[in-house]
Amino acid sequence: MSDARTDIFARIREALKVKAPTPHLKAQTSSPKTSVAAKPWLPDGGETAEDGLLILAEQLAKLKAVLIRVPDHASAAKAFAELATTKSWKKVAYHGHELTRPLAATLTCEAWEADASFDKQKLEGSDAGLTTCESIVAQLGSILVSSRSSGGRALSVLPHVHVVIAEASQVVPDLGAALALVKARHGTDMPSMLSFITGPSRTGDIERILVLGAHGPKELFLILVG
Amino acid sequence: MRVSLFVPCFVDQLTPKVGLATAKVLKRLGHDVEFRSAQTCCGQPSFNSGQWDVAREAAIRALGVFRGAEAVVGPSGSCVAMMRNFYPELLKGTPHAAEADDLAARTFEFSEFLVKKLGVTDVGAKFAKKVTYHDGCHALRELRLKEEPRQLLRAVKGLELIESEEGESCCGFGGLFSAKFPMISTAMVQVKGGALARTGADFVVSSDPSCLLQIGGWLSREGKPILPLHIAEVLANDA
Amino acid sequence: MDNSKAIFLKEATVNAADGVQRAFISKALGGYYTNRDLQKARYRDWERARDAASMAKWSAVNDLANVLEKFVNNFERNGGVVHWARDAAEARDIILKIAENAKAKAIVKSKCMTSEEIHLNDALEKAGFGVVESDLGEFIQQLRGEAPYHFVFPCMHVKREAISELFTKHLGTAPTDSPEELTMIARRHLRQLYVDADIGITGANFLVAETGQISITENEGNARLTAALPRIHIALSGIEKVVNELDDLSVLLPMLATAGAGQPMTCYNTLYSGPRKKGECDGPEEFHIVLLDNARTRLLADPEQRDALHCIRCGACLNVCPIFKNIGGLAYGTTYQGPIGSVITPHLRGLKQWNHLSGASSLCGACTDACPVRIDLHHHLLHNRRNAAKESPTFFDRVFHNGFNFVIKRPWLFAIGGRIFRATLPLLPKAPAQSFRDQWKHDHV
Repeated sequence: MSDARTDIFARIREALKVKAPTPHLKAQTSSPKTSVAAKPWLPDGGETAEDGLLILAEQLAKLKAVLIRVPDHASAAKAFAELATTKSWKKVAYHGHELTRPLAATLTCEAWEADASFDKQKLEGSDAGLTTCESIVAQLGSILVSSRSSGGRALSVLPHVHVVIAEASQVVPDLGAALALVKARHGTDMPSMLSFITGPSRTGDIERILVLGAHGPKELFLILVG
Repeated sequence: MRVSLFVPCFVDQLTPKVGLATAKVLKRLGHDVEFRSAQTCCGQPSFNSGQWDVAREAAIRALGVFRGAEAVVGPSGSCVAMMRNFYPELLKGTPHAAEADDLAARTFEFSEFLVKKLGVTDVGAKFAKKVTYHDGCHALRELRLKEEPRQLLRAVKGLELIESEEGESCCGFGGLFSAKFPMISTAMVQVKGGALARTGADFVVSSDPSCLLQIGGWLSREGKPILPLHIAEVLANDA
Repeated sequence: MDNSKAIFLKEATVNAADGVQRAFISKALGGYYTNRDLQKARYRDWERARDAASMAKWSAVNDLANVLEKFVNNFERNGGVVHWARDAAEARDIILKIAENAKAKAIVKSKCMTSEEIHLNDALEKAGFGVVESDLGEFIQQLRGEAPYHFVFPCMHVKREAISELFTKHLGTAPTDSPEELTMIARRHLRQLYVDADIGITGANFLVAETGQISITENEGNARLTAALPRIHIALSGIEKVVNELDDLSVLLPMLATAGAGQPMTCYNTLYSGPRKKGECDGPEEFHIVLLDNARTRLLADPEQRDALHCIRCGACLNVCPIFKNIGGLAYGTTYQGPIGSVITPHLRGLKQWNHLSGASSLCGACTDACPVRIDLHHHLLHNRRNAAKESPTFFDRVFHNGFNFVIKRPWLFAIGGRIFRATLPLLPKAPAQSFRDQWKHDHV
């Protein structure tokens, strides 16, 4: 009795002996499989960095994610401190990084570095999570976090609020560019988790009506420097 | 041009005025119209039921009936789709394959023929009524016709064209589907008919007589004040 | 004797007559159409995007052996464990064994249609494991004891009042008619379960061969939590979910969101490679994938309908199908509803017993137009009908069609038959006295 793997591969090879026709494509010209950069059929992510930032701002607004643009890191810290005060946070978890530590330092409430001393229960009870990110996708308003850039897997999804601190230079035009950057940066040693976050958590399950904060964060803030 | 009429089987038997109107418009435009009486049915009911051997025989027969015809024009999106899109599939790999492709290239739905082949949108018609249009699924999705009937209707003197909600929704006829799954067919025509009636139009016009039978039947049973009319009948109206 | 057809006809009749429920479903879908069109308009060329998406899946499925092997090698290199299941029973056994070895007490699941297909929850519960569905829609359906209505929106047919009653009954919460409050109730209830669970079970939307990563798409964040907090992560996926390259996701992920839910991008699209890595502060210690055949190779062996395996499970075909909208998702009686369900179920479960699903369609083609990966859905319904007619012709079909064929080959008989038909049957509108051919002959003699 052969094993399942052998059987399945045998069935696959047998099945593929007969060729299937190629799909009915609209574009009769060359195959649409072009390079990463040239995908003129997808939504626009901006030709220039400035265009990209405009598109990003538009997308984030539609997603009900809050964009806070600041000129420098000092202003970023100030904006973060204001947020903490306005929202009366009592416990904030953060990813240990040169971008996040100055912000965490402004907090008067309890602030703890989640990757240094991870605690599931403590994270569940935290009001907010502060992380950096891998990149930001203008085309979709998505923020790419990873288990390396964002204090593990749960920090950017378990607390009720997620705050991301990033540089404007981290904005890339589209998803293809973000994926290419991931490959270039990490090669075969990928973080075990990479996640594109597009707005606060949401669901349409009840009568297909949009509600924010289903299981992940109800609020998402992006503090963008530069 | 000598145009050979392709009169769908149920138009022949149930709504002959559609065929007559088609001929009238073509003649008004100065074309020679013939009707080859050997034609009966394109074979779509059998094709849709999976009886492809039977459908194949109907197809081969139709090839013979229309052999040598310069242009074959039919006032029905679904029957023309059968001949143009599905005859080549049915006859692929048979000695009739080339002729099926050839027939497909010279077969047209009526509004398509006027606009795309003859380049005509104003056929000298008058119809001072409010009209809404139903896109039959075969015409819309198999033949890719949407603008052509609308261009023709907009050129009709006095005609007011109103688009409806559920404009691209299926009427629920689907040939034998309406007989095999009547409960679903009825639900679909309720949605469609309701939307058409809400436009306040006097008539619902389509290039598909089978859809008009389905929709017209429901509108009549429900006592709605909107009547079905084939586009050929609108275009034939020059009084 | 399988009576799935009889059940289907009964359910369809009841649901199609329920005008109130149909109007409710129609209203729920209205917002989707508007949003979908808004998002489609952002694509600079939606049709070419469909081409790209279609080719991405075509090239993976038609090279499945190589692509799957590459995926598996990379997945293992990342530290994951691969399991193979020829059918539902094998898949259930594999997962049960992992749960038993782990001495698991609590299992949390995120949405996984493949797990519905293999009836996993039942098996886990019978073996004494507590399983909780964390996706809000699935959670609600689990409490109702009902299968998912739509594979993207499992409880779209349930009114908020019914959900409120359900939560009062099972969770003891106060009644409310606010979707927001109901969502918060589920959120609060499930949070501790993520923290306490030993095993998290997810599906996978895509298996990326180039990198050995799996990609999971969701809006709520429950899949992210399911794959973050428990000690063991098990992903269950059909073998056809492969794509060649990471870059393929740059077109597939946005289109899945736009076609399926009218969004620019689903809220969380997550790539997992391996269990927790050295230096990472959290994540599962073990990462398993169960790769399932369960008759997919049967569909693969049909070159005409092989493209049905390109399906990315976006649900767009359901959203536009007049049959689905009027009879509802539960009437199908299958794991996968709507047009894609009607196409593949005969292959997965048997043509003779399930061909009625292929027949229950007017072939309007809205599904084929909606499909982001260009599956020839409505034509496959025709192909299924043809295959069934060959394999197991019905009496009606043989008599009617051979009879009709006999008549249409003889115009004189057709003409006579028509006259009799028109004279004897009660027809609305009133049947004409003369046929077209009679009038033409009269006018042109």
